[in-house]
Amino acid sequence: MDLNLTPQELRFRDEARAWFAANVPKDWVKRRDEEESMAGRFEYLRAWQRKLYDAGWAGISWPKDFGGRGASVMEQVIFIEEMARAEAPPMANVIALGLIGPTIIAFGTPEQKKRYLAKMLSAEEIWCQGFSEPNAGSDLASLSTTAVLDGDHFVVNGQKVWTSYAWAADWCELVVRTDPAAPKHKGLTALLVDMHTPGVEVRGLKQMSGESEFGEIFFRDVRVPVANLLGKVNEGWTVAMGTLMHERGTFGAALQVNYRRNFNRLVEIAKKIDRNGKPAAQDPLIRQKLAQCYAEIEVMRLNQLRAFSRINETGVPGPEGSIQKIVWSELNQRFQQVAMEILGPYGQLAHGSPGAIDEGQWAYGYLRSRGNTIEAGTSEIQRNIIGHFVLGLPKSY
Amino acid sequence: MQFGLSESQRILQSNARKFFAAECPMAEVRRIMETDTAHDAKLWRAMAEQGFLGVVFPEEAGGMGLGYVELAALAEEMGRALVPGAFLSNLFAGAVMQATGAHKHLAEIASGGKTATVALLEANPNWDPQAIHMPTLAGEKLFVPDAASASWLIVAARDAGALALYLVDSHKARIVPMPAMDLTRRLYKVTFDHPAAELLAKGEAARKALDQAMDVATVALCAEMTGGMQRMLDIAVDYAKTRKQFGKPIGQYQAVQHQCADMLLFTEGSRSATYYAADTMTEANADSHTAVSVAKAYASDACRETGNRAVQVQGGMGFTWENDTHLYYRRAKASEIAFGDAAFHRERIARAVIG
Repeated sequence: MDLNLTPQELRFRDEARAWFAANVPKDWVKRRDEEESMAGRFEYLRAWQRKLYDAGWAGISWPKDFGGRGASVMEQVIFIEEMARAEAPPMANVIALGLIGPTIIAFGTPEQKKRYLAKMLSAEEIWCQGFSEPNAGSDLASLSTTAVLDGDHFVVNGQKVWTSYAWAADWCELVVRTDPAAPKHKGLTALLVDMHTPGVEVRGLKQMSGESEFGEIFFRDVRVPVANLLGKVNEGWTVAMGTLMHERGTFGAALQVNYRRNFNRLVEIAKKIDRNGKPAAQDPLIRQKLAQCYAEIEVMRLNQLRAFSRINETGVPGPEGSIQKIVWSELNQRFQQVAMEILGPYGQLAHGSPGAIDEGQWAYGYLRSRGNTIEAGTSEIQRNIIGHFVLGLPKSY
Repeated sequence: MQFGLSESQRILQSNARKFFAAECPMAEVRRIMETDTAHDAKLWRAMAEQGFLGVVFPEEAGGMGLGYVELAALAEEMGRALVPGAFLSNLFAGAVMQATGAHKHLAEIASGGKTATVALLEANPNWDPQAIHMPTLAGEKLFVPDAASASWLIVAARDAGALALYLVDSHKARIVPMPAMDLTRRLYKVTFDHPAAELLAKGEAARKALDQAMDVATVALCAEMTGGMQRMLDIAVDYAKTRKQFGKPIGQYQAVQHQCADMLLFTEGSRSATYYAADTMTEANADSHTAVSVAKAYASDACRETGNRAVQVQGGMGFTWENDTHLYYRRAKASEIAFGDAAFHRERIARAVIG
């Protein structure tokens, strides 16, 4: 056990830290909290990612041949943490960088890697992930969007839903049913679909937090070249699981930094806000609750660090990723509730209200956190995965 | 950076696991817990021969001179095996001796020749040394672990307002059992009436020594709790795989499966926090005190809750005397209390991170 950075990791961290110090746009933190159109902000983030790419900071652990840096998973984690610490804007193409790129690296043909990966890193092509459907959420393998071979094309029909960045995407990693007669896990296939193909239609889906991060995608006789097959026909489940493992793998690295920042901000507020004639930060009950949040954020950070060390050794994320997913989502909900208790009546105020603390970010954060235990696999599904794949209990479904 | 046991740490842990499986199986735990002191001299000698009693103590004092991660790896195995007796109280006392420079006594502790415990809590129990009121060496100490098997008692007292630590021969004190929940570690009331005593430290030095020693004992306790949680989880999962109701193993039902998943979350969270705290202590990081509190605050709640679920998953069987779960469950409560419960450590965290 050695939690010190190796000399190489230290050099890498210092280099990243210096680059962020010099290059993080000064207007970002203010801009982040302002009302702005989703598309306007996205273009800003796209330009920022391009800047990172040009400086060699996109795809830290991706192979050099495909525009990556060829560094270790641990360096990838260090980079994500430095980025969060510098309060840098996020990259625009998050789904490609975190999920689909690693899947193409694992399952793609040499031609596909050459064609797609560099453009993911430069944010020239934005990606989304077409998995969930109206009748296939937790039971993903029951999905019914079909693809039928017609000469050298698949013809796709069906509907996807809850698709993050569907509105911005140029490409989609789409899971479709190619063999309706096979058992449900064995008749699926993964395709790389150009979102600009005729027959693809995207509609926004407004969430309880007021935004429309997600969308629905409709496919009507969409023709996808056979060359865009990812992996083999009817082996799409393996590809999809690879993607989901990545979703639960290194995704949390930035979160712990953001959670710590939110915690520190809440402590500042608690020192100023009154509770029974004293600052809330002096109230024994509030102190207990804040300390519990601090402890849980630490436990989350340390669980992740252990998991990253394992990934660094084995090369692939495993089912233990479900532990991280449950921890980051449920912890954030508890934290947001503590924030509401500390803010009292101020907690409910929205952006633009007189007296709103931090431009209404806390009301937004509270509502948004409800989605945490649903997106990227519900807490219930994660506990099923732990029960079966980690603890070896019989499958419940 | 590598958060995980090194090759040599893994070997130490797997040797400890084999050792306790052979020398202290559950039948032996149950036999020892039925004895007067729940401390077994033969097992103690065997542990001493392995070097376990002095794992973190310096080599010049007869210890192995290893780090706190190694201590945690060993303690996790002891928690898993529910090793009865004076290991933890003796470790705490040894750590006080080390922090006060009492190397001559420490050598006897590390070799297993003598055992010691610390008499700290009083009628208004609080793990903060400021709460110690007993004047130099007349009065009562409560909740003293393993006093009846100890050769020495380290007594925390007040000498003209200053905190002072003394070493007292246990025969010079009156020791009365306080029968309690954990059958594998006994508590005692100890009464002092001006016994002969050796001063180990006084004032700020005494306070520092206690703080330091308490972190050592607490991190070992957290590791034990992690091992105990892992064992409770394993017992419950094994049961859930074999016990059938409505024609299916109960572990196939999500209501049961999710309880098991939660037990894993508690166990892994405790493990992460504990090994991190141990590593910060070895590295003497500035935040090691807080890291220890994070581990103890988390593990205290997690261990109790893991116990609750382990009993529930096993239904009626989990509630029987014959089933081992209750022995771990009893230990979980004692461990939750020892060296400060979650609320105590949360306030310590609050002082560090809020002010």
